[in-house]
Amino acid sequence: MKYVDEYRDPAAARVLVERITALAGADGFKFMEVCGGHTHTIYRHGIEHVLPANVELVHGPGCPVCVIPMGRVDDAIAVAETPGVTFTSFGDMMRVPGGNGSLLEAKARGADVRFVYSPLDALKLAADNPDRQVVFFAVGFETTAPSTAVTLLRAKELAITNFSVFCNHVTIVPPIKAILESPDLRLDGFLGPGHVSTVVGNRPYRFVPAQYGKPIVTAGFEPLDILQAIVMLLTQIRDGRCEVENQYTRVVRDEGNPKALQVMADVFELRPHFEWRGLGFISQSALKLNDAFAAFDAELRFDIPNVRVADPKACQCGEVLKGVIRPWECKVFGTACTPETPIGTCMVSSEGACAAYYNFGRLHREAAITLGRRPGASVSA
Amino acid sequence: MCLGIPGRLTELNAGHEHLARVDVNGVSRLINVGLLEDEGLCIGDWVLIHVGFAMSKIDEDEAQRAFEGLQLMGQAYTDELQAMAESRVT
Repeated sequence: MKYVDEYRDPAAARVLVERITALAGADGFKFMEVCGGHTHTIYRHGIEHVLPANVELVHGPGCPVCVIPMGRVDDAIAVAETPGVTFTSFGDMMRVPGGNGSLLEAKARGADVRFVYSPLDALKLAADNPDRQVVFFAVGFETTAPSTAVTLLRAKELAITNFSVFCNHVTIVPPIKAILESPDLRLDGFLGPGHVSTVVGNRPYRFVPAQYGKPIVTAGFEPLDILQAIVMLLTQIRDGRCEVENQYTRVVRDEGNPKALQVMADVFELRPHFEWRGLGFISQSALKLNDAFAAFDAELRFDIPNVRVADPKACQCGEVLKGVIRPWECKVFGTACTPETPIGTCMVSSEGACAAYYNFGRLHREAAITLGRRPGASVSA
Repeated sequence: MCLGIPGRLTELNAGHEHLARVDVNGVSRLINVGLLEDEGLCIGDWVLIHVGFAMSKIDEDEAQRAFEGLQLMGQAYTDELQAMAESRVT
């Protein structure tokens, strides 16, 4: 249990692991961590290696960069290459490959693509450059959607007309539902996302126990948080309970952040459907600007090709995002697909399961054997 | 993008009512605190910051934990801090 020594409170971690082992007994359990931040913590701290072999963590779809389909990246590039446009994006999205390269490659070809930390930075660019059309590539779950909403409210207030948003915000509940409906996967419960829940609260997850009979525990981002949440899930199961519980009470409230929910309601409406990488089209799973903000909608202001692009055949991000396979089980993991030359989105973002595993994964025996079987693969991660 | 970075409020009403100055690990930055306007924020309070916006009020212990966790993330955290340092939120 050497990883435990690196945790903030190794003694507490040992107690939690012992409780997990005792609660699980001889039965097998599979829990999905929905959030990419959790995936990062799990790999960074070797949590999989301290858990008993019969308690398995499966990675979910909660990495907003990873779930953007290739066609939307191509749409973004088409807007970015429109004369007179300054295209702005979070750094994470710049290297995501579409069917026609990445935004970074579009920039190298001469497009005015800039990386911003905040949507407000993009608005400032628009205010300072009235002769340019400044477009912000909005991605993210409810963690970042309120920020885009506030930025749009501010743009309207300041009457900045050369600013628009290419909106790709997604919502957390529909993909959880899609995974619960998926025949590929049998799960015993969920670790609920931490930061998204600061906005939406815990109430939206009530359908998980009510309709699907699975427990869900909203968890924080420390190794001890993850272990504690697993104890809470197993305790529910052993007690014959099935509920929404909150391990991350330090930050998450049941009602979320009402102000953030309000600004989202003021600015966005649900799209009838949206394509997710790996999960396909999911109805009412993404946000678009509502009629009151149509003047700021890049999809109405520019010609968007809107072409669906299939993932490269070799790429198995879809299966990774659904938790059907582990990152190292993908045929191109660590060989053709690396953080330097990513083929799929999961290898790009630091929250993507493949990048997290590639950067931090201390390959355990099973993975090493799998990798070693592949011709030309090197076991060095 | 999804990293929550802890910062401590050093100035409120820094330009307009929703703008505040925070200290993030020794670096002074402007952020938008409009989403916490009902929280009665005071100078000295800790907040978790996402893409230039304070998204939740936290206590000092949680700020310390979050900070230690972020440091362990290495490159992802230094990239985010660098991006924040170059931000021109108004």
